[in-house]
Amino acid sequence: MSTDIPRLADADFAADRRQLDVRSAVSDYWARVRAGELGAIPAILALAFLFVLFTGLRPDTFLSKGNVANLFTQALPVTILAMGLVFVLLLGEIDLSAGVASGVCGAVMAKLIVESGQPWYVAVIAAIATGVVIGTAIGWLVSVIRIPSFVVTLALFLGLQGITLKLIGKGGTVPVRDDVIVALANKNMPLWLGWTLAVLVSLGYAASQLLRWNRQRRRGLHGKPVQLVAARVLIVAAILLVGTFVLSLDRAPSPLVTLAGIPWGVPLVAVLLIIATFVLDRTAYGRHLYAVGGSAEAARRAGINVTRIRVSVFMIASGMAAVSGIVAASRLNSVATDSGAGNTLLYAVGAAVIGGTSLFGGRGRARDAILGGLVIATIDNGLGLLGMDAYANFLITGGVLLVAAGIDALSRRRRSAAGR
Amino acid sequence: MAENGEPVLRLVGVNKSFGPVHVLHDVDFTLRQGEVMALVGDNGAGKSTLIKCIAGIHPIDSGAIEFEGREVKVSGPRDAADLGIEIVYQDLALADNLDIVQNMFLGREQRKGIVLDEDAMEQKARETLARLSVRTVKSVRQQVSSLSGGQRQTVAIAKAALWDSKVVVLDEPTAALGVAQTRQVLDLVRRLADTGHAVVLISHNMNDVFEVADRITTLYLGRVAAEVKRTDVTHGQVVELITGGRSGDLGLAPASAAETI
Repeated sequence: MSTDIPRLADADFAADRRQLDVRSAVSDYWARVRAGELGAIPAILALAFLFVLFTGLRPDTFLSKGNVANLFTQALPVTILAMGLVFVLLLGEIDLSAGVASGVCGAVMAKLIVESGQPWYVAVIAAIATGVVIGTAIGWLVSVIRIPSFVVTLALFLGLQGITLKLIGKGGTVPVRDDVIVALANKNMPLWLGWTLAVLVSLGYAASQLLRWNRQRRRGLHGKPVQLVAARVLIVAAILLVGTFVLSLDRAPSPLVTLAGIPWGVPLVAVLLIIATFVLDRTAYGRHLYAVGGSAEAARRAGINVTRIRVSVFMIASGMAAVSGIVAASRLNSVATDSGAGNTLLYAVGAAVIGGTSLFGGRGRARDAILGGLVIATIDNGLGLLGMDAYANFLITGGVLLVAAGIDALSRRRRSAAGR
Repeated sequence: MAENGEPVLRLVGVNKSFGPVHVLHDVDFTLRQGEVMALVGDNGAGKSTLIKCIAGIHPIDSGAIEFEGREVKVSGPRDAADLGIEIVYQDLALADNLDIVQNMFLGREQRKGIVLDEDAMEQKARETLARLSVRTVKSVRQQVSSLSGGQRQTVAIAKAALWDSKVVVLDEPTAALGVAQTRQVLDLVRRLADTGHAVVLISHNMNDVFEVADRITTLYLGRVAAEVKRTDVTHGQVVELITGGRSGDLGLAPASAAETI
């Protein structure tokens, strides 16, 4: 701490001027990991471990084509919910009511379609509007009345379940039979469309990354070595193309029919991911969000309207919860009184945290929800295949959340010890 | 643009009370371009209140604030920033989880359409740091949490210099720093003045004050005890002004110094 000029060789923007090669970039990365900035590592390790574990325990079923596709649709609702929660967690707040909010919004949608005969888009807009209203209420209570978000959303966790119950009626379910809604999680894109989109997205990603690298190099700005940029582009493209390939295989149990293609919910999540990443990384709003999460006082002194930012994240979280509720309704073809209750919310928080979003605020990315959502869905799916008793599911899921939060807390301690 | 030595900001007969407590009595305070003005005084002498009046956080009760010769009303931090007055607080000025560039532009990001113009911001941040000869930073894309206390203070000060600011107010910038770090920050304060800013340095440390200040204003129980050139006084005299409001011929008349005790 007291040595202010640690390495003279590295003063005077040395790192900005030095032509970054792969070796120094890798050693920088390793130094960051050792200092507690784990990024996506825990999620990737967890995924690899779970795949090996479940493949070992259920070699016939776990990696079957049908189950892999099922894994993706299973991950959809929790991923979308988690992506909304990332915004709230970035401020160091929590929204415990997001799960049941998704249930309420799903119920609103289902009731409008089934009982009022509204077209699907009216129902979807109404559901999202319901989510935004709930989020505005939470945000107002938290940032204007100054009730801790934990308490506000715990109260709503109970209250909103009552609203779902009132909307649907005791013990009942509302079936969802609208073609468009049901297609989200149950129908697949035509093969050609899936491939076209996968190739286009890969090319678009490559172009944006390389153009950015070139621009930074020309203007002498801080950037990554071209090899790393290329490697990252290749990895993303490989994931997209291999994923498309796997989902394009015929997975129908009977040879008489074909069942292949990417479920429609996957491009929906991709679009949400792109929008959320753009907002967080490329706009002033996103920058302000990180600033408030890192130091609300510094943000306030910089002229940022902290109250408005606080309210907005709860609106986003509940709005995304509505989308999640719609996808969940699509997957189950119905909305029940307990939709979004139970462990839905804990799964989503777990997904965000496993993906690398900190519970302490200021750290997190939209893609964390994808990585963590896949981990959670894999656990859920694998335990289902193992036919575990309900008690074991609860124990394991709770344990996973605790481990993720523990890693988050320990890496935070490590960061502050390393002065990062 | 004013010449060096010309007044940039002038407070004339400023009074400020909080309820029954009269905090500032007829305070005159002048800042000149290219000069470091040290503002000293014991705890409760009114330094912070004076700064907050300049920053627009507290409205003044009576008196006038002149900026570059014309009278202005500063009724909020935004007004002050628009005039070119920047305040650097002792702590909590930076967000740890953002890098240097992001912090320097926080709240005033440059954009292309709705997209942040990262390249322009990075270049401008680096130019500003280079102009102030800040040499200890490894990369402008370093996270602020990885910086030492001195480097943080440096970034906070450079942030204030980024905005074509004319007046920079530094609230105890060296209070929490070690010897080498204090050195860096004081050098930076000097360069800030040399690059044409009017600088206010609030400090309790006489060594710092005598090292960089051109003039010293002493507040004593809400009154200006004296405004002196640094070269005209000694450590001891300034300390007497701080603790007793007068020192020899300098300072408040004995009557008014005694009246408030």
